[in-house]
Amino acid sequence: MAFLLLRRLVQTALILLGVAAITFLLLYALPADPARMIAGRSATAQTVANIRRELGLDQPLLVQFWTYLQGLFQGDLGRSYAQKTDVGALIAARLPATLILMAAGIAVEVVLGVFLGVLAAVRRGGFVDRFVMMASFVGVSAPQFVAALLLLYVFAVTLAWFPMSGFGTPAHVVLPALTLGVLGAGWYARMVRSAMIDVLNQDYVRTARAKGLSSARIIFRHALPNALLPIIAMIGIDIGQFMSGVVVVEAVYGWPGIGQLAWQAIQQVDIPIIMGVTLVSALAIVLGNLLADILAPLVDPRIRAR
Amino acid sequence: MQAVKAMVRQPAALFGLIVVVLVVVLAIAAPLIAPYSPDEQMFDGLTLEGAPLPPSAQFLLGTDTLGRDLFSRLLYGARTSLVIGLVANGIAVTIGLLIGILSGYMRGIVGGALMRFTDLMMAFPALLLAIVLAALLRPSLWIVAMVIALVNWVQVARIVYTETRGLVERDFILAERSLGAGHGRILFHHILPHLIPTAIVWGTLGIATTVLLEATLSFLGIGVQPPTPSWGNIIFESQSYFQAAPWLVFIPGAVILLTALSFNLVGDALRDILDPTQRGRG
Repeated sequence: MAFLLLRRLVQTALILLGVAAITFLLLYALPADPARMIAGRSATAQTVANIRRELGLDQPLLVQFWTYLQGLFQGDLGRSYAQKTDVGALIAARLPATLILMAAGIAVEVVLGVFLGVLAAVRRGGFVDRFVMMASFVGVSAPQFVAALLLLYVFAVTLAWFPMSGFGTPAHVVLPALTLGVLGAGWYARMVRSAMIDVLNQDYVRTARAKGLSSARIIFRHALPNALLPIIAMIGIDIGQFMSGVVVVEAVYGWPGIGQLAWQAIQQVDIPIIMGVTLVSALAIVLGNLLADILAPLVDPRIRAR
Repeated sequence: MQAVKAMVRQPAALFGLIVVVLVVVLAIAAPLIAPYSPDEQMFDGLTLEGAPLPPSAQFLLGTDTLGRDLFSRLLYGARTSLVIGLVANGIAVTIGLLIGILSGYMRGIVGGALMRFTDLMMAFPALLLAIVLAALLRPSLWIVAMVIALVNWVQVARIVYTETRGLVERDFILAERSLGAGHGRILFHHILPHLIPTAIVWGTLGIATTVLLEATLSFLGIGVQPPTPSWGNIIFESQSYFQAAPWLVFIPGAVILLTALSFNLVGDALRDILDPTQRGRG
């Protein structure tokens, strides 16, 4: 187990290195010139050249990448071009907001998904079942920004139950979390449904029924815990997906997380910030999967035995 | 033909198929159906105060903030979405097939390296990468298609890799090899035909993903650029106006949803039909 964990950690480090290398190459190969962007439209060629030298952009690409890596190994993500501050600090300041949104979004997905999934499995072939199967497709087919705007229109503009945008009170988190949660809940429900159907067909459930236990007790006490395992893997994958997609939701709701930070940086060609957010997102993807792999045997002794 | 027959029997798949055919027909026939030119800014397309008009008999789905007919723009937008869907997804499936087959078939350094590269791309925040690329390149329809292709091949490669690995172990490949068949013959005559169902399924499901991704990029203002209409940029252009003119956001939104949903339903049905081992799962 310890060896396996060590191997996974080395793999994680290598993957992050690879992501850093590819992002770096891509960003510097693109026609957008950060020096010109900072200097502004009317700057002379001399000013642009000075800025370029100041940022180290006149160095050969490999030298630049090496310098960046050296910093990275010391936990230094570089300095923002536009804001002149430490990228690590900028990201650290924005990360809590994104994590709150992620936790809330995933909570909605899990609660809604488990509830609907159990209902669908118990009443297999019934109305709820068909609804869940269809809703899961609608969920993955709906553009996030349209769902976000729809929730805004109904609950913020028309009903005025929640604020339009911003951050600070629990009311602010409701609509963004619902946007993420409602769209994603369908696939959780699908997973729980098929796991539940497998479990409900097993002998021990029949035994529990024969003993005369109430169906609520059988479903929630006996069957559900065994059907929840796929949820852990899904949450792991979800964490990564979420980090990648956070730009859109944060843009619509004016949520001050790392997605918004990245979006502003993209418009200013602020390469160190873009690099930093990409690395943090890649880290989230890898850690999400790692977390699922570590948690699964802890939750389910059957996997540990293997 | 059999696939179509099987699909007609499932209501959800049939619904998807009808919508897909409808969208394709409307996109192709857009110049014949569209009541106005999609770019024409009409004087009577705005109120006296300069606000867009809600749906009416003259403008079926209303007009946008520049007094252009929304229905006509949606029709032409269908062309944009489908062109990007076909091009981007075609490229993505081709790259995915190629890398998946090669990494699954070839042992040793090349196969291993290709698979590690795919693993690496799996860890890449795909949407973020697409947004960065699309924003920093000069956005155009073809750049958007390229960007989408670049992030969407990974999943296909992963699946094709697994399938190829399974096929390579099978007896008929072993038999072919012992008969002296070369790598080219085995790959193209024996392995590739078995992967065609996978390619068809992902070719369909991928269009849903592509339509959504294009809409998202265009919504952020870094996708297809106006005046070329795309479902995403119609919403982008009118999003600040959505409280006063909700139809400008929600009609295109519903169209995007319906199209993506239909491609997903058809793709899912195709998966069941073409791959009997998957039948009844999920």
